[in-house]
Amino acid sequence: IIRQKIPKKKKTYYAAHVMTPLLSAPGKKMAAVQDAPMELDAEKETKPEILSDGTSNLSGNTASGTLSSPPLTAGGAPKQEDQQTLIAVLQFLRRNKLTESVEILRREACLEDQEDSQTLDGSGGGKGDGDGGDANSLLSRVSIASAAAPQSTLTPIPVKSEYDQPDVSVVLSAYSQQGDPSLYQVYYSSLKNFIESVLDCHRAELSQLFYPLFVHMYLELVYNNHENKAKAFFEKFSGDQECYYQDDLRILCGLTKKEHLKGNEALLDFRTSRFVLRISRDSYQLLKRHLQERHNNQIWNIIQEHLYIDIFDGMPRSKSQIDSMSGSFAGETRREVNKAKVFYGLLKEPEIEVPLDDEDDEAENEEGKPKKKKTKKDSMGSKSKKQDPNAPQQNRIPLPELKDSDKLDKIMYMKESTKRIRLGPENLPSICFYSFLNAYQGLTAVDFTDDSSLLAGGFADSTVRVWSATPKKLRKVKSAAELNLIDKESDDVLERIMDEKTASESKNLYGHSGPVYGVSFSPDRNYLLSSSEDGTVRLWSLQTFTCLVGYKGHNYPVWDTHFSPFGYYFVSGGHDRVARLWATDHYQPLRIFAGHLADVTCTRFHPNSNYVVTGSTDRTIRLWDVLNGNCVRFFTGHKGPIHSLAFSPNGKFLASGSTDGRVLLWDIGHGLMIGELKGHTDTIYALKFSRDGEILASGSMDNTVRLWDSMKAFDDMETDDFTAATGHIHLPDNSQELLLGMYHSKSTPVTHLHFTRRNLLLAAGAYNSQ
Amino acid sequence: CTSLFSDITNAKMTEREERRFAEVPRESIKLMAESTGVELSEEVATLLAEDVCYRLREATQNSSQFMRHAKRRKLSVEDFNRALRWSNTETVCGYGAQDALPFRPLKEGELFFVEDREINLVELALATNIPKGCAETMVRVHVSYLDGKGNLEPQGTVPTAVQSLSEDLLKYYQQITRAILGEDPHLMKVALLDLQSNSKIAALLPYFVYVISGVKSVSHDLDQLNRLLHMVKSLVQNPYLYLGSYVRSLVSSVMYCILEPLAASINPLNDHWTLRDYAALLLSHIFWTHGDLVSGLYHQILLSLQKVLSDPVRPLCSHYGAVVGLHALGWKAVERVLYPHLPAYWANLQAVLDDYSVSNAQVKADGHKVYGAILVAVERLLKMKALSLTLAAEGGCAGLPGTATGAVGFRENSLGLSPPPEPLSEPPLGIASHLQAGGAGCPWEEWTPVSLPAMYCELYSFFGDSLAVRFSTDPPLGGAPPSGSRQPLEGRKEPASGAPNLENTRKMPQLTASMNISPRQDGSPCMEPQPPSLAATVPGRSLARSSSSSSVSRSRSSSSRPGRSTSQSRDIFPKARFPLPQVGPPAFSFIIGGRQMGRRCQGRRFQTSFTPTPPLTTLPPRAYAHKLPVIGRVSKPVRRWTCSHYSLHLPL
Repeated sequence: IIRQKIPKKKKTYYAAHVMTPLLSAPGKKMAAVQDAPMELDAEKETKPEILSDGTSNLSGNTASGTLSSPPLTAGGAPKQEDQQTLIAVLQFLRRNKLTESVEILRREACLEDQEDSQTLDGSGGGKGDGDGGDANSLLSRVSIASAAAPQSTLTPIPVKSEYDQPDVSVVLSAYSQQGDPSLYQVYYSSLKNFIESVLDCHRAELSQLFYPLFVHMYLELVYNNHENKAKAFFEKFSGDQECYYQDDLRILCGLTKKEHLKGNEALLDFRTSRFVLRISRDSYQLLKRHLQERHNNQIWNIIQEHLYIDIFDGMPRSKSQIDSMSGSFAGETRREVNKAKVFYGLLKEPEIEVPLDDEDDEAENEEGKPKKKKTKKDSMGSKSKKQDPNAPQQNRIPLPELKDSDKLDKIMYMKESTKRIRLGPENLPSICFYSFLNAYQGLTAVDFTDDSSLLAGGFADSTVRVWSATPKKLRKVKSAAELNLIDKESDDVLERIMDEKTASESKNLYGHSGPVYGVSFSPDRNYLLSSSEDGTVRLWSLQTFTCLVGYKGHNYPVWDTHFSPFGYYFVSGGHDRVARLWATDHYQPLRIFAGHLADVTCTRFHPNSNYVVTGSTDRTIRLWDVLNGNCVRFFTGHKGPIHSLAFSPNGKFLASGSTDGRVLLWDIGHGLMIGELKGHTDTIYALKFSRDGEILASGSMDNTVRLWDSMKAFDDMETDDFTAATGHIHLPDNSQELLLGMYHSKSTPVTHLHFTRRNLLLAAGAYNSQ
Repeated sequence: CTSLFSDITNAKMTEREERRFAEVPRESIKLMAESTGVELSEEVATLLAEDVCYRLREATQNSSQFMRHAKRRKLSVEDFNRALRWSNTETVCGYGAQDALPFRPLKEGELFFVEDREINLVELALATNIPKGCAETMVRVHVSYLDGKGNLEPQGTVPTAVQSLSEDLLKYYQQITRAILGEDPHLMKVALLDLQSNSKIAALLPYFVYVISGVKSVSHDLDQLNRLLHMVKSLVQNPYLYLGSYVRSLVSSVMYCILEPLAASINPLNDHWTLRDYAALLLSHIFWTHGDLVSGLYHQILLSLQKVLSDPVRPLCSHYGAVVGLHALGWKAVERVLYPHLPAYWANLQAVLDDYSVSNAQVKADGHKVYGAILVAVERLLKMKALSLTLAAEGGCAGLPGTATGAVGFRENSLGLSPPPEPLSEPPLGIASHLQAGGAGCPWEEWTPVSLPAMYCELYSFFGDSLAVRFSTDPPLGGAPPSGSRQPLEGRKEPASGAPNLENTRKMPQLTASMNISPRQDGSPCMEPQPPSLAATVPGRSLARSSSSSSVSRSRSSSSRPGRSTSQSRDIFPKARFPLPQVGPPAFSFIIGGRQMGRRCQGRRFQTSFTPTPPLTTLPPRAYAHKLPVIGRVSKPVRRWTCSHYSLHLPL
């Protein structure tokens, strides 16, 4: 009896809680339902409400707009629609007495009238108002050597935030025009029969239609309250879908009510963005003819409205070719998207005088001296002599000036790199494993400084801990009162300001109120960034071991953050589906990179600091231009959320790892996938290229570190103009050849990988005793 | 949150097998509604059930990303809570557990529930085993692969909060504890000796400390207490052990022996005084050698001693312990704590001492013990203070004119036993306020070093000539021969005088008239009267002193005195304020009590001067002796450390 009672009590408890949202919700829902029929005539009226609902995703959910030139299927219509949206927004703002915003919006809208539809994006400025201008002015404030350069300041390009129509009911209303629900199954199966009957070469291409059509038809049925029909439809055809869509199908199958649709942002995005298919002209003609013959208007409408078919001339692609590129939440990449020029080359290294004292050190070694100089010239000279044609202009992005300490560090770096071990298939790196012991609270993120002297760990208990990886202990700077007593003229003043009493091997940083998901050291080792579930990114001083700034803006969990290789800037990405570019001295973001359809899970800076790459739960990777906020590369092919990214040291290539256990290699210049590394059996959380780029190391939840021959992978892939133009790649299945080694850890998932300046591989993870 | 999960599991799998997820059936919804007193129609229940299912699935989907980003494989309750929080749903209260909660089916009926056993907090709190899993998070490097080849060198074990002991160590531990706490004195000696010098027992330290902390459970057994204290001593003396924070634990155990009214002290036959003396010595030893390991230890000790002293409810043996402890901590401690407290304390003590009733005899005897201890402490205070003054004066530090320099000056100049070397590093005021906070009776804040003459005058008003006599009979401050030369002398004389002297001192712990029938009349070797002025009779005096069975600390203290002639300081002490007894050896009288006219407390009436033939006074001691034949007697041969230096003995 007692046992029975206990669960009973729990049930009531639970019921009370579950009911609250339900009870609170109906009001809204009713309103929405009532609105639905009116929407067509009184669109403006409903928009304000929609806006207030969607404030959290103000930054925009749509993918299409982020691309520099969205191909518009119907010329004028979108513009008109945008105008209407604008008016609605204005009304809403006025009603809420946001006069300032109204003016800004108006000003920008005027601009829009005069200029081309290109600047439609400007309407987003109403929301991100200060950001654009602010960013501009502050970037110009960054002192750079040659201020005279015309490009040194960013042209005022407002934050990219598409405003196409993230409005719920408008989106959903599109589903109201429907055919006979009972015929959906017939439509679908007739198409299915057709595709299965066509020639093999076309079948693979046309099979791509199954998934988007299936989802859209199912959603239409759900939206129009044909619950049972939707369920039947789902049961009948869900088995046909590709296995990599399982996750999406799982979400879909739970969704059987119109009300559910409203709250599901992922599906709203699916609806707003056009699913991209790449089909050869022949296959497309086949399809078109079939649909017209059968008068299968229902399907034709969906294709017209919700799909974007990228037609190319030439041979239809094979199944494996298609499979390698599909899998994302939004279909494939449009070919023209990746055509933009990307300056992936490295910046010219600053000329640093070889310091005299350095030579003094080596003075005894008469032979070593000239040699050393020579090697230095070799390593640095090639870059400094001639400007890499693919490199961006030195001052394309304002970069902070080098301080003396930075120069010293550069010299240290040069010295170290002369002692670097040349890696290769025959010469694999040694691996040092940094095991976090007794990390009961849960290790969530790790980072090393570039010189491998410090190690930071983010933990699920909201703490950040910094360890010294060298015998040198961590010390705080003395208090202000004590600092006053110091002789500021003395030579060792930097040593004197440190408080010897505080020396310890590790320091704890407290401040976050949620798990810390990302940590990143500044290149000068003075700062540490941490991003957390509490929606903030915090900047910590490694001199005082205190928090300096909390950057608020994401408002949702921030999954990752990364410092620019030149310091000052950093990027963060989170649950709000945008990545943000920040400068350490500004509490507001300089850029908002919007376009991902789901959470931004990882962010990395390009070695030349001009680009930012983001990986997302929508299984896509985007490369953003820091200068203008444009998305310049869009990579699809992963079958799961992307959790790790790494640029090759020369900036030409990108590696990405995801929950599907595969590493994909990308050529940034051509915008192509150039390799697939299969082998891991679990999520890949760490990727790193060796210092010279010959080896790629990947670390995974499956407790292994694998080393791949990245040189071979890059060389094997001939990226001629033809493949670049068509985007058709034939990936050789050579993972086993490329795999140079697999190294097991002792029940320790690999959370982070790092190559020291001499090419020793450091791995880090929390030892799991269970 | 567990209830949510349990509900999902409670729910029957739907009839349609294709749907691979659980559903909450509407019966459950209705049941839940009923239990809150809401009647639901079939239709509403169905709708609710579906919505609940959807929301639960949605939350579960969302929670998985928290798991992924936390780089875990297992979805935790916390992940689910976060998902709920971010979807603006009130989270279910409660705590998640790291481990999976097992589901249990109920045999009757299809009911599943989470096994959520009640935890007995009392049991948990009093459990003796230290819970594991609180070790510090740390990073360790290991070269896993060298040039692509696996490194076979073992990685070592994960450090845990409780290191498991090796077999050998465990055996050693058992042997040692058995030997020390066992019956065989020889074994004990060997064990203690090993404990004192073994370099490999660091891992056992917490265990030994734990054993020692068992003093509280054996407070009835003096012998065991003694053994445990010896264990402390051995551990403290072991040069290979780093005591660290265990010092605190050891100190608290020792303090227990010093201050607590031990169960053993109920029986007056038990010589708990000696134990307290020894513990006090040990305390000072720990403090001098390891005091720097724990910050603020000095003040904590002082504070607890002072608390005991100022608590009139405490038995006299506790007060005795406090005085003895202060004495052991050095003359500065006495000056800071005991001396200012003396006026307040005196009234209580005097009341005890003045009570002649038979029923009070025991308490009175204890009171005399305390009196004696205070006297000894005060004596050294005066001596050391004088010494420090002379040093300050002579030492060339012209800028430090003695008393005016305050505590700092003393510290700098103090030598030998007196000051704690560095724990006093905090400013004196800080100490004072700290003590003040502890509820001291004396105005600590206004504490200023009292000048030596003033101090002497005040003390004289309490102790009268018994104080003065001690000074005048003591070796001249500067002229004390080194202990090396004294010891053999004592050693030689002791056999002759040891037994009777011992008997005498034991019989006369009280400062009563019986005093003057002491050594002389008993026919002890030092028969001649020793007028206070006769400072030159060193052998006799030292013999008298040594009669108190052992004078290790005494000789130590005297040996540590600088070999300077300090005639100047001696002048500070007034000679006894009565005419020197010219009457001859058997007939001399002196004042034991002080003249306390000006003070609040009354003078000790019975302590007037008396002649050596007081028939009246001979009786009470007899009575005591009869009643308490063996106060302070130890059943075993007196050991080296039992310094009965504190037992009152007037060397007349």
